[in-house]
Amino acid sequence: MKKETLSILGHELVPEHILMDESEVKELLDKYKIKRVQLPKIKVSDPAINGLGAKVGDVVEITRQSRTAGKALSFRLIIE
Amino acid sequence: MRLKRIKGIKFGLLSPKEIRKMSASKIITPDTYGEDGFPIELGLVNQRIGVIDPGLRCKTCGGRMGECPGHFGHIELAAPIIHVGYAKMIYRMLAATCRRCGKVLLGEEARAKFLDGIEQQKEKQADVGDVVKLVFKEAAKNDVCPFCDEIQKRIKYDKPTGYIEIDKEDKERRLMPTDVRERLEKIPDEDIPLFGMDPKNARPEWMIITVLPVPPVTARPSITLESGQRSEDDLTHKLVDIIRINQRFMENRDAGAPQLIIEDLWELLQYHISTYFNNEIPSIPPARHRSGRPLKTMTQRLKGKEGRFRGSLSGKRVNFSARTVISPDPEIEIDEVGVPKDIAKELTINVNVTERNLEAIRETLKRGSEHPGANYVRRSDDKKVKVTETNHELLAEELGVGWKVERHLQDGDIVLFNRQPSLHRLSIMAHYVRVMPGRTFRLNPTVCPPYNADYDGDEMNMHVLQTEEARAEAKILMAVKRNIMSPRFGRPIIGGIHDYITGLFILTWGEKRFEKEKAQDMLHRINIHDLGEPAGTFESSSSIQVPYWTGKQLFGRILPKQMDLQFRGVVCEKCIERGEKCKKENCPREAYVVIKEGNLVCGVIDEMAIGSFKGKIIEQIFRLYGEDEAKKFINDAARLAINCIKQSGFSFGISDEDIPKEGKVQIREEAVYAAEHKVEELIRAYDAEELEALPGRSLEETLELLIMQELGRARDDAGDIAERYLGIENAAVLMAKSGARGSMLNLTQMAACVGQQSVRGERINRGYQGRTLPHFKSGDRRAEAHGFVRASFKDGLTATEYFLHAVGGREALVDTAVRTSQSGYFQRRLINALQDLEVKNDGTVRETRGTVVQFKYGDDGVDPSKSECGKVVDIDEIISDIVEEDVGA
Ligand SMILES: [Mg+2]
Ligand SMILES: [Zn+2]
Ligand SMILES: [Zn+2]
Ligand SMILES: [Zn+2]
Repeated sequence: MKKETLSILGHELVPEHILMDESEVKELLDKYKIKRVQLPKIKVSDPAINGLGAKVGDVVEITRQSRTAGKALSFRLIIE
Repeated sequence: MRLKRIKGIKFGLLSPKEIRKMSASKIITPDTYGEDGFPIELGLVNQRIGVIDPGLRCKTCGGRMGECPGHFGHIELAAPIIHVGYAKMIYRMLAATCRRCGKVLLGEEARAKFLDGIEQQKEKQADVGDVVKLVFKEAAKNDVCPFCDEIQKRIKYDKPTGYIEIDKEDKERRLMPTDVRERLEKIPDEDIPLFGMDPKNARPEWMIITVLPVPPVTARPSITLESGQRSEDDLTHKLVDIIRINQRFMENRDAGAPQLIIEDLWELLQYHISTYFNNEIPSIPPARHRSGRPLKTMTQRLKGKEGRFRGSLSGKRVNFSARTVISPDPEIEIDEVGVPKDIAKELTINVNVTERNLEAIRETLKRGSEHPGANYVRRSDDKKVKVTETNHELLAEELGVGWKVERHLQDGDIVLFNRQPSLHRLSIMAHYVRVMPGRTFRLNPTVCPPYNADYDGDEMNMHVLQTEEARAEAKILMAVKRNIMSPRFGRPIIGGIHDYITGLFILTWGEKRFEKEKAQDMLHRINIHDLGEPAGTFESSSSIQVPYWTGKQLFGRILPKQMDLQFRGVVCEKCIERGEKCKKENCPREAYVVIKEGNLVCGVIDEMAIGSFKGKIIEQIFRLYGEDEAKKFINDAARLAINCIKQSGFSFGISDEDIPKEGKVQIREEAVYAAEHKVEELIRAYDAEELEALPGRSLEETLELLIMQELGRARDDAGDIAERYLGIENAAVLMAKSGARGSMLNLTQMAACVGQQSVRGERINRGYQGRTLPHFKSGDRRAEAHGFVRASFKDGLTATEYFLHAVGGREALVDTAVRTSQSGYFQRRLINALQDLEVKNDGTVRETRGTVVQFKYGDDGVDPSKSECGKVVDIDEIISDIVEEDVGA
């Protein structure tokens, strides 16, 4: 079986992960007045990161379905 | 104080050299005190290693008792001893290293690979445990040393501290601690990192003890018994044993005793030192006190609930606290607590005497130890004086500005009140003191729900706040009125329970008429002096027109003037969910409550209106008029309810479960017999193989399912019939319908039919082969044989019914026991994991390093206690408000 056929990204239970560019990251860090390492983390080996072409040190924006807020935004720093 | 951050923690082993260096005294004598009553030199309660006797000075640091922190001593062991705590590690190392050259049994390549792996883990500040485990596993596989070609022997670990070497011919040789130590010494420093250790901090041979550190006496103080006899600490006892055996060992060896005796003594020394570290080692008997009690040694001091960590560091005992049984007092305010006088006299509050309070405190002091008095004064020269019968008048005269007085707890003082288990923040709230006679804490029943308290013997704790800052914080954050709204579900958690609901239900149900005197009685102790216009007049026996007020009118008196609200009470039988149209104002059950301009226009007050957890009216008042108004309303409603229920009286007895004869017959015929008959019909169909299996079920499962359904319906039917004969005038029905206490199911079981008993959601099938009891035939599938109780509790159960009911009852009992312990532990783990998280000003949730956990608290940033049932706004309500207004205009 080919690897791509195992992608979980299309599944409704997997929230959407989008790679942020550097200017967006800077804006985010400024908004919360935090350093990069103070972001929540996600492993580069995480299946949701796999197809993004992201590398360690990048930041992803995650859009989740939330029971309280409908849609909730979260951001994670990619680590080894 | 500057906040400091821990950069790292270093773990290591104490080397013999270090132990000697930190030792203040060699310990040689197993005795403690000499005949002169002074500590013996070089003994276990040696004056160089700390003082516990008042008046003596430490010979090491010169400090007195309390000043000297204590200093370690040491015992030179006659022979090396295995440290039990490291026994397993020693075994692994023996198995992984060469018996001749001491190198780790790995080829150059594997060695380099593992060293690299460990280095990588360290760089990432990650755990090296997994790599080290692999090192031990791989090295132990090699039976020839790759460096010196020595053929290795198998090592067997003989628990808890023995090692046996087995060669190819299965010849066994016991390794003595000296042999083990020698072998560990041979491991080169360069190989130590492979074990995840740093050779500078922890050489493997240090796991074998040659010098035993002796903890300072301050860590094992002796206690003087009432008889004047000294009782030494368990650790001291153990150290005495160790020194004695150590001495005997030396003497025997010096005298050239036979090897057998030496080995015996060696083993004995090993035993004492092992149990000194841990007296609960499996496979060896614990060392005991003369009384037979096992000694509490090192590990036992630290471990478990009462150990150093959980017992002394995470949890401590406190002063200025009291604990006693609670009992109800509906006469006190909801944010008060009744404190027994005896407790009020024991607990004190420190007040600074100023010009402004001088005279008031003088009066207090004049009373001495009579209740609102004082226990101690601290004069301006900082001398503390106890207030006694003889000196209090003198002290009152002398009293001046700048003194400090420890006065008794008085009415109006603020205290913290707590009931365990403290599962949420409402388990500790601030109450105002009301000193009372008696021996129990008095509590308004409306604040039972947040504490989850009842009066069947529950005890609660009270803490007296000692600083102005603490009192201010308690008033602002922890006061009862601040916590009316639950932070969990955004509804009031403080509100009417039981009789409060019953009382207001009786008051507002239908049209109760009260003439002036009665109406005023109802409002007794509620600060309302204007009854308002009477609802009408009725003709008295002497043909005079007497004005009257209705119950609904009286309830309206305690509502805020301009309040408007509509909702459906718990008496509503889900008209809308069942697809019927709500009859609103014309609801026959008065379920539709309308409040207009502070008047109860229609509807009956029940749990939904003023109950805790539901309390729509309380919620509305809290939101629109604030916490003080809400507190006042709860107080007033509680008093009104009590006044009403006191006047009409309310009781429930065995005759309330009576159903007339025709009703009984109807229940038996239409519900019970009918169902039993249907069950027999099903069984017959099953036996005749006429039954059709439900999808995904076997035939037998289908039968059971259908039987369960049928019998479940039987009880419901019985309940429905019973309900026809029991009206709202029945106390149990009234309580169930109004939400005060109990349910219709409870009443059904009491009056009509107990119904099917179950274990794990199935009919009862356990017991004997093919039957539940010897009273039934094997294979009997009828209702009766599997736990259907056709009797009601009032009628009484038959013997077999009673037994099978107990079988079902046991499951419920076991379930609750298991659930509470499991959820308790789960809660503990959650609290430990989450306790340092904080919601910051920007709405993010962060941990202590400032790392974000959630970008918006709860995703929506809403504080549930300030929300409408967890939502920011209740859109339905706003729409209905607007629509109503439009209709009105
Ligand atoms: Mg209780
Ligand atoms: Zn000292
Ligand atoms: Zn070797
Ligand atoms: Zn209704």
